[in-house]
Amino acid sequence: MIRHLRLPRLSWRFVPVWQRNYLVWKKLAIPSILGNLADPMLYMLGLGYGLGSLLPEVGGMSYLTFLAAGTVAYSTMNAATFEVLYSSFSRMHVQRTWDAILNAPMTLDDVLLGELVWAVSKSLLSGMAILAVIWGLGLYGNFWLTLAIIPVVALVGFCFGGMGLVMNAVSPSYDFFLYYFTLAITPMVLLCGVFFPVSQLPPVLQAVSAWLPLTHAIDLARPLVVGQMPDAIVLHVIALLAYGGLGYVIALALTRRRLLR
Amino acid sequence: MLKVSGLTKRYGNAEVVRGLDLHVQRGECFGLLGPNGAGKTTTLRLLLGLIEPDAGSIELAGIPVPAQAREARMKVGVVPQMDNLDPDFSVRENLIAYGRYFGMGRAAIAARVPELLDFAGLASKADAQIAQLSGGMKRRLTLARALVHDPDILFLDEPTTGLDPQARHLIWQGLRRLINAGKTIVLTTHFMDEAERLADRLAILDHGRVVVEGAPRALIESHIEPAVVEVYGEGLPDWTRERAGAVCQRFETVGETLFCYTGDAERVIDALKQSPALRYLHRPSNLEDVFLKLTGRDLRD
Repeated sequence: MIRHLRLPRLSWRFVPVWQRNYLVWKKLAIPSILGNLADPMLYMLGLGYGLGSLLPEVGGMSYLTFLAAGTVAYSTMNAATFEVLYSSFSRMHVQRTWDAILNAPMTLDDVLLGELVWAVSKSLLSGMAILAVIWGLGLYGNFWLTLAIIPVVALVGFCFGGMGLVMNAVSPSYDFFLYYFTLAITPMVLLCGVFFPVSQLPPVLQAVSAWLPLTHAIDLARPLVVGQMPDAIVLHVIALLAYGGLGYVIALALTRRRLLR
Repeated sequence: MLKVSGLTKRYGNAEVVRGLDLHVQRGECFGLLGPNGAGKTTTLRLLLGLIEPDAGSIELAGIPVPAQAREARMKVGVVPQMDNLDPDFSVRENLIAYGRYFGMGRAAIAARVPELLDFAGLASKADAQIAQLSGGMKRRLTLARALVHDPDILFLDEPTTGLDPQARHLIWQGLRRLINAGKTIVLTTHFMDEAERLADRLAILDHGRVVVEGAPRALIESHIEPAVVEVYGEGLPDWTRERAGAVCQRFETVGETLFCYTGDAERVIDALKQSPALRYLHRPSNLEDVFLKLTGRDLRD
């Protein structure tokens, strides 16, 4: 892999790759949006009202609000992850769409960047859908601050898109992705404060949690929902950019080894 | 149009391409033949700059590869061995999406699509989904897709593998039109008749090397006797032992069949008539005979 590692050459040529995915998505836009929305919404409203009615305030807010803020980050993570795992894998391995693109004057850097930006687009859609629900139910503290959630959502999409592309690059089949969900995504959902505050965890797990990207995402999103400026914004932004950026660079090397050797 | 010298590619200890030299003139159809694993597809990938050679130089349409592979690929259309049409798009959308990868604008692609559909004989299928197309239609669409940016040179990797005879003839017709229009074509195949039909010149590759190179007719004339008599049936071993050496210029036994190569087929046939238990097939020698002579009859997997 080291042999294939080098700085990516970014260029606007990624746009046709993005556009290809967009045009395909457009054909099935309505069911796709409903799918994006339905699953996180059910969890959020079910647990929010069901569990929430049993709980006093959680972290200084109603449980529904607490959960809504977590769900923005969580559903964004899922949207980006599913896109670069299952959908990108179909295009790369099953349909051989990337092979066809690489025969044109495109590089793998362009293809992966197109896929990554597409994953960010899908995340935006997913995160915005939850944000719309937050607006609709009046779960926010300050409307103008909630607008800052939009770039946060894009950042979270970038982070998990980049990380997921690494899994895509090394996967022999769809089944392989289950490891990533079981070993990375699901633990993160439980350790990063989606359903309950991280402060409820034993100290060791809290220390682990502080390093996980979803924690940084939620530390940005939750204050913005409640109407406060997040603490340590720069740290969280850098952490999310680093996870996504490193993911992209490593994924590029691994995919190059896989396809162009 | 294409100049390759000393091209070498290694994977670990295995040298897949070993010092390949090729020259293809503008407007020429050049065949790259060889058994499975001879290095044909690897060579095409090297020529496109998709993989980096360990040694040697490539100049494609006057552009050095892989140094400026992107620029070179602007001039090349590729028909890959395995269909990789976009199954999420219709026939027309496939052409449009592919044009965009070459940086073509909406208007330029729209102007090009009707003639491509026409070329592929798919005008009536423009809005069909890929899954609804037959194998031959898919190949024709792949060929049309490779032409979307009007390339000077075309790379075809086994373009008719898996097609029925009707579909193959349609592809050949299309390729002849392109040759007549002055396109340069590099074609890999292991159908000898395809190479004989289309290629002005060809190279037979084996173990990553050019074994022989030339025009199909000239190769047949210089490497093999003019006629072949294939003999089989009961009593073949005896006949082989007693007569074959005397009447054949050269012969070999493969399984239950004797291949007798000769300039004087009459003499062989006269001799065979005295052994009525034997059956035979008399035919002019062809490129396949050259191929098998030079690359051997062993299976390559």
